[in-house]
Amino acid sequence: MTVIRFWMAHRAELAVLVQQHLLLVLLSTSIAIVIGVPAGILAAKRPRLGRVVLVSASAAQTVPSLALLGFLLPLPLIGGLGPRTALVTLSIYALLPVVRTTVTGIRNVDPAVLEAGVAMGMTGRQLLWLVELPLALPSILAGIRVATVIGVGTTTIAAAIGAGGLGEYIFRGLSMVDSTTILAGAIPAAALALAADGLLAWVEWRIRERRTTSAAAARWSVAAAVLIALLAGVSHARADAPAVVVGSKNFTEQVILGELVAQTIEARGLPVSRKLNLGGTFVCDRGLRAGELDVYVEYTGTAVTAVFHQPVPSDPARAADRAKDLYARDGLTMLAPLGFNNTFAILVRQRDAISFGLHTIGDLQKTAARWKPGFGYEFLQRDDGYAGLVRAYGLTFGSQPRGMDLSLIYRALAEGQVDVIAGDATSALIDEFRLTALDDDRHYFPPYDAVPVARTAALLRHPEIGSALASVAGRVSVADMRAMNAAVDVAHRDPAEVVAAFLARVRARGSK
Amino acid sequence: MTGETLVQFDRVAVRRGSTLVIRDLSLSVAGGETVALVGRSGAGKTTLLKLVNRLLSPTAGRVDVQGRDTREWDVIALRRRIGYVFQDVGLFPHFSVEENVSIVPKLEGWPAARMTARARELLDLVGLAPATFARRRPQELSGGQRQRVGLARALAIDPPILLMDEPFGALDPITRGEVRRAFAYVRSQLQTTVMIVTHDLPEACALGDRVAVMEAGELVLCDTPARVVQSQEPRLRALLDTDSVRWQGRPDA
Repeated sequence: MTVIRFWMAHRAELAVLVQQHLLLVLLSTSIAIVIGVPAGILAAKRPRLGRVVLVSASAAQTVPSLALLGFLLPLPLIGGLGPRTALVTLSIYALLPVVRTTVTGIRNVDPAVLEAGVAMGMTGRQLLWLVELPLALPSILAGIRVATVIGVGTTTIAAAIGAGGLGEYIFRGLSMVDSTTILAGAIPAAALALAADGLLAWVEWRIRERRTTSAAAARWSVAAAVLIALLAGVSHARADAPAVVVGSKNFTEQVILGELVAQTIEARGLPVSRKLNLGGTFVCDRGLRAGELDVYVEYTGTAVTAVFHQPVPSDPARAADRAKDLYARDGLTMLAPLGFNNTFAILVRQRDAISFGLHTIGDLQKTAARWKPGFGYEFLQRDDGYAGLVRAYGLTFGSQPRGMDLSLIYRALAEGQVDVIAGDATSALIDEFRLTALDDDRHYFPPYDAVPVARTAALLRHPEIGSALASVAGRVSVADMRAMNAAVDVAHRDPAEVVAAFLARVRARGSK
Repeated sequence: MTGETLVQFDRVAVRRGSTLVIRDLSLSVAGGETVALVGRSGAGKTTLLKLVNRLLSPTAGRVDVQGRDTREWDVIALRRRIGYVFQDVGLFPHFSVEENVSIVPKLEGWPAARMTARARELLDLVGLAPATFARRRPQELSGGQRQRVGLARALAIDPPILLMDEPFGALDPITRGEVRRAFAYVRSQLQTTVMIVTHDLPEACALGDRVAVMEAGELVLCDTPARVVQSQEPRLRALLDTDSVRWQGRPDA
């Protein structure tokens, strides 16, 4: 019932997300039909080409959706943050069912009927439009139905690259470890899938029972196309308002910091568009460079290693200078640090820390052979992540580290699925789940000071951004950050509300 | 154009793979006459029909329709003026009876009113009351009714030539009689030139002005039914012997 309360409180946003979701599904399915049906017809008529078409469509289908998004992001024209990349990805997924059923439908037309058409003097085109397509239609429709229903589910990933849709709630809920928010997105998505399935089943039945003539079907298709175009036009017009685009990665602290940056800029009278919960450092950095984000908050250590692939100085000031220089060369400006250092924390359960006498990361040598580590995917990949950690502390774990989503990792530790994790030093869940951070006495982890990074061009066009962000420089302490994280993750308060309260306090402090 | 040669096969051969399915075959079909092609399965009857509307082309020799080599015809124009009736009918399952009958007029761009009028006229001609049958789907018809619709469809734009490939082959004996009577009536009403394939000699003799007997891709003889019956041609006698029971039983069926 908390879900219903959530919907009531967010009904305007919910309406927008549902509309975005529908639009993404409708557009991607339409694109798949426009490409897939002709491809299927061609494939049916030329068996050798057909095999190539089917194999490539199947191959595209096997690429995991997030991987496909990541692959498309840096490409010009079709890539970038937002609906375009999402549409390309979703259309690729919708293609296979449409192509396959078109091929089947066309190939299954009774040869006697085809011969009758040919003998009657039909041209190839007349044969296709009058005989083959109408007879293949039920099969093609079944494919469109499958594509649409799968599409409703797959579209939830669009939120990972800021394209909106009901995935927003799912990703937000995952990052806040809040099942209500997850359900708030998952339930309508499931309902949409069922509704789409039912509607298309009905259309299929009408056509199969010949209650709808081809002419009526054509009229309906045209009406649907016009409707989709209108919807697309409306949301495009809405997206057209010039605004500063603020991004964030997909964990609670980042969403809070994105909100913090957004509200600070809004306070200066600039309209802001939020693209929060983007799928990681890579996505945000690409967005910035592609001009689709104007500003997001990065961490100095992450910038130097993950973005620029360079070693990080262990001194925080030198690390910040290095990052600033590297960004400047690429037309990006790193602004003054917000004030806290969110370094990695190697976490264990408090009771294990006590019973095994663990204080520093080095102490893990005592238990590593029997323990199962769990780390975020990014941590497993990065040079300053897992590989370096075990080298620096001479650790040999008994089992391969388990890759997990950051949003699930604290709970996994608390529930005993893994025994040691890398988390954020500012995470509210450390206290919530009774975890202990081990001391990094060998200074393995570099400094991770939170810094806003903006496109220099955007700063020049809107100097207010710079002054807005200067007003919060050095104002966010580790304690502030933990408190805000706790307010969102543990007390389940709305990030926007938490940030507004914090900014009010900052202003009060500043005026004294 | 009655009496003029309408279809002319001139030393035609058709090779499929390494076998000759038609060898050195010459035959003239005059305007207005009905030629019944008869022979065992695989004798080349259907192949011969398909040469007329260029569903197949000859490997050697030539086929002329209305004095012109089929290979010089615009193939679409050629097929539009030749009606074709199949053993398995090939009605379009997604069209009503009326739409099936009107398909060639529709391809020819006739106005709707003329198409409707023509469809009704044809359904009457083949003995299917338009009021009852026009809106039905092929799957709502019996085998005999379907074959009549197939005949009506083939006659839609009053083609000078009608090809019929075992049109009664898939029907039970009673229905077969009915459809044959319907066909005989249609024949009496129109001046169409007909080439009809059957493997039943009595049927060929009953339907054809001339009967063309085929065996292994060759034309054994082509003559009036009366002369065919009396012919002492050994290959014809052999064909008759295998069919003797039916043949003896119904000498003038």
